[in-house]
Amino acid sequence: MSQDRDAAIVGIHEYPSRDVEGEVSPLQIKAESASRALKDAGLNWSDVDAIYDAGEAGGMAGLTMAEYFGLSPNVIDTTNVGGSSYEFHAAHARRDIRAGKAKVALLTYGSTAHSNARAIGVGGRGGASMHPAENMDAYAGMTLIANYAMVAHRHMHQYGTTSEQLAEISVATRMHAMRNPEAVRAMEDLEFLDIRETTISDVVNSRMIADPLHLLECCMISDGGGAVVIASPEVARDCRKAPVWILGSGEATKYPMSGGDITTSAAAQSGPQAFLEAGVTPGEMDIAMIYDSFSITVLALLEDLGFCPKGEGGRWVEGGRLRFDRPNDGPALNTDGGGLSSNHPGMRGIFLLLEATRQLRGESTSQVADAKLAVAHGNGGMLGSRHAAGTIILGRD
Amino acid sequence: MNEPKRPLPRADEFDTQAFWAGTKEKEFRYQQCTQCETVVFYARRHCTGCLDGELEWKVASGRATVYTYSVVRQSYHPFFRNQVPYAVAWVDLEEGPRILSNIVGVADPLTDVSIGMPLQIEWEEHDDLCIPLFKPA
Repeated sequence: MSQDRDAAIVGIHEYPSRDVEGEVSPLQIKAESASRALKDAGLNWSDVDAIYDAGEAGGMAGLTMAEYFGLSPNVIDTTNVGGSSYEFHAAHARRDIRAGKAKVALLTYGSTAHSNARAIGVGGRGGASMHPAENMDAYAGMTLIANYAMVAHRHMHQYGTTSEQLAEISVATRMHAMRNPEAVRAMEDLEFLDIRETTISDVVNSRMIADPLHLLECCMISDGGGAVVIASPEVARDCRKAPVWILGSGEATKYPMSGGDITTSAAAQSGPQAFLEAGVTPGEMDIAMIYDSFSITVLALLEDLGFCPKGEGGRWVEGGRLRFDRPNDGPALNTDGGGLSSNHPGMRGIFLLLEATRQLRGESTSQVADAKLAVAHGNGGMLGSRHAAGTIILGRD
Repeated sequence: MNEPKRPLPRADEFDTQAFWAGTKEKEFRYQQCTQCETVVFYARRHCTGCLDGELEWKVASGRATVYTYSVVRQSYHPFFRNQVPYAVAWVDLEEGPRILSNIVGVADPLTDVSIGMPLQIEWEEHDDLCIPLFKPA
């Protein structure tokens, strides 16, 4: 199968702090991450001719970010699909580079959700807005965690999935986090009570937040950010690090429908597009960077992406299959420690691209030997109601 | 001191105003296309199934089932923090619409709610509208 190698990730940076104590702004996190990612690539500000921004740092990003960075880009893309924005941005950057509209694309993310004490998971979601869908939903007091919990409940009902099976995802992710010094520091800075590898029993005995999801099945709320530089093959050849090619992409959304199946996400639409375009199969993936807002998110997305049939995810993940040191059992999951145990500043999609790139460069703290192919899948919005899915397939030379 | 109140919808939102107006009469209104028979919910002005269809308002029976649910144990919302534990559910009306609501009228939501459970609508009265909640049938 021939693969088009027409855009590559050439520079990355993950902002190290998860608790800036209110002393750094999201914009500053974006700019510092951008400069470090450009340095990582061996490029400079003046090389950037395309910017992609979800607008999370405020302002009207399409008007204000180029000025803030001091750039004059020819392509300005402000797609915002929540946490999956960065997979969409990577797909669009590749498309724009292929079309000859750009040579060097810059994606940035910055958030101080922790410093701002935003109770993302159990916060308001009250006050009706003027969007008709929200005008129907707001009165019920559904927390974000309850939204995902309703997917988990239905998954258990339909397929017999258990809390112990869901806990496998938390356990594998925490194991990877304990090997990542930045993740360990994050858990220390965010004052996790018990920073160690966990067991299935730890997870299922942790406090119930919204049935059937326990505390250790929920992501953290941190500060953080990062940047990704994507370049044309001509530029990539002269960069400092080996290129990590974007081989395929897929995009989709899903929303509540009469008679719809809540256990199947938009990934069932975006995943096949991406794998088809890349000419590879889920079974060939060495790395699966899957948006782990909650345990159930990963389980549903692994099924939808085609790692196992729908409904069999619970049995498929059993026995520590997702650990980085089990390469013969399929892909390693979220080897940076994920949103569950490394960082989640609200929109985690960029970190999926960052760790997938580290793995394909051989730079991960839980390195899978000779990793060649990775999938990064972002889920934006809320899995149990309306959400967006962005799938990116990455490969090295 | 005013007690924190349940967040209420805006009665003047363009698409859903007719639905909320119906709740004053304790009617659960939904739309169906006279041409292609698509059930449209939440309310809109256009048919999502065909281009020329007229949407007709219908009134649901109020009979429903639990599609899925969660019991919220922790909320920071000023009203809902005092309601925990409470059941949030996606509820399937017999006629097709699926709505996010609460299951009420159970002694203990932790043990008395289940997926597939038959429900009946239970209107919670407010000044300008009623809120459709559901109780065991």
